Amino acid sequence: MNLIAQLEAEQIAALGKDIPDFKAGDTVRVGFKVTEGTRSRVQNYEGVCVARNNGVGIAGSFTVRKISFGEGVERVFPLHSTNIDSITVVRRGRVRRAKLYYLRDRRGKSARIAEQTNYKPKS
Amino acid sequence: MRSGVIAKKMGMTRLFMEDGKQIPVTVLALDGLQVVAQRTADLDGYTAVQLGAGSAKAKRTSQAMRGHFAKANVAPKRKVAEFRVSAENLIEVGSEISAEHFLEGQMVDVSGTSIGKGFQGAMKRWNFSGLRASHGVSISHRSHGSTGQCQDPGKVFKGKKMAGHMGAAKVTTQNLEVVRTDADRGLIMVKGAVPGSKGGWVTIKDAMKKKLPDGVPFPAAIKSAAAPAEAPVADAPAEGGEA
Repeated sequence: MNLIAQLEAEQIAALGKDIPDFKAGDTVRVGFKVTEGTRSRVQNYEGVCVARNNGVGIAGSFTVRKISFGEGVERVFPLHSTNIDSITVVRRGRVRRAKLYYLRDRRGKSARIAEQTNYKPKS
Repeated sequence: MRSGVIAKKMGMTRLFMEDGKQIPVTVLALDGLQVVAQRTADLDGYTAVQLGAGSAKAKRTSQAMRGHFAKANVAPKRKVAEFRVSAENLIEVGSEISAEHFLEGQMVDVSGTSIGKGFQGAMKRWNFSGLRASHGVSISHRSHGSTGQCQDPGKVFKGKKMAGHMGAAKVTTQNLEVVRTDADRGLIMVKGAVPGSKGGWVTIKDAMKKKLPDGVPFPAAIKSAAAPAEAPVADAPAEGGEA
């Protein structure tokens, strides 16, 4: 292992994040720490994960899309961010793409994702 | 003025801070950084320390350099560089500098040889805007355009920005913040990018345009500083070898 990979592995271990197994198409709920003045609280952001980028390393991130007040909103979260309190998988989706950018052009019925019923967690 | 260090660029990564911030950092490693020689005012007319870093095979080191390293009683070094210091900040020959030489939060200037780009046009090399895409421009969309005036002066001025060789030159990036240091592994992490490719040698100095913070080690952070009683004894045979 080279030095950079080693440093990144150490940092991931030190951050001690519990990242569930999820992929594009899954509906996830992200607890994001928000600081208002001096007070800090956790804000939930729930939507469909439309992309996972840059693997599971320290540079990894994922994009969550939701429809908020009739407007599509996409938010990119770094996988290992210290601002993320929790990631929970709400629903497993069955999709045939790694990146679901086609959802941006769709609304309502055509933007639905079928549920994956035979999900097996990786051992 | 205190000495800088020679370091090897290992690559870039990011650090997640407690407050949720991410910091892009370049990892620089100190590899066997030792003082090889001193330059003194009465002998050389100026004061400086010559540092060596890395390790070179003895048989691939020239006879002259082998003699130079033997005089300092250090193993052959891959990279040698001089740093101007004031007379009181001269460092003992043979002492090894640690990564604690720089404090976290301190600003530094990092110099290195930038990545070579080869022969490049004026657009890439000097950010010229080129010629128009249409309105009669033929073939020369990426050319530099006019290079001067008319019969008077009747020449192109020296230093005119034109196409030519780009990169592979000494570049200094000023005022980079030291985010973290790791003395055990000899690592210095600075915020942002540093000139040169991975595996290239760079020199790190205290920032020229920023005030030096309190508590920086003078003349340098020496590795064997934990055993100061032993250090003079270790130096004595080295000096005997020189004579």
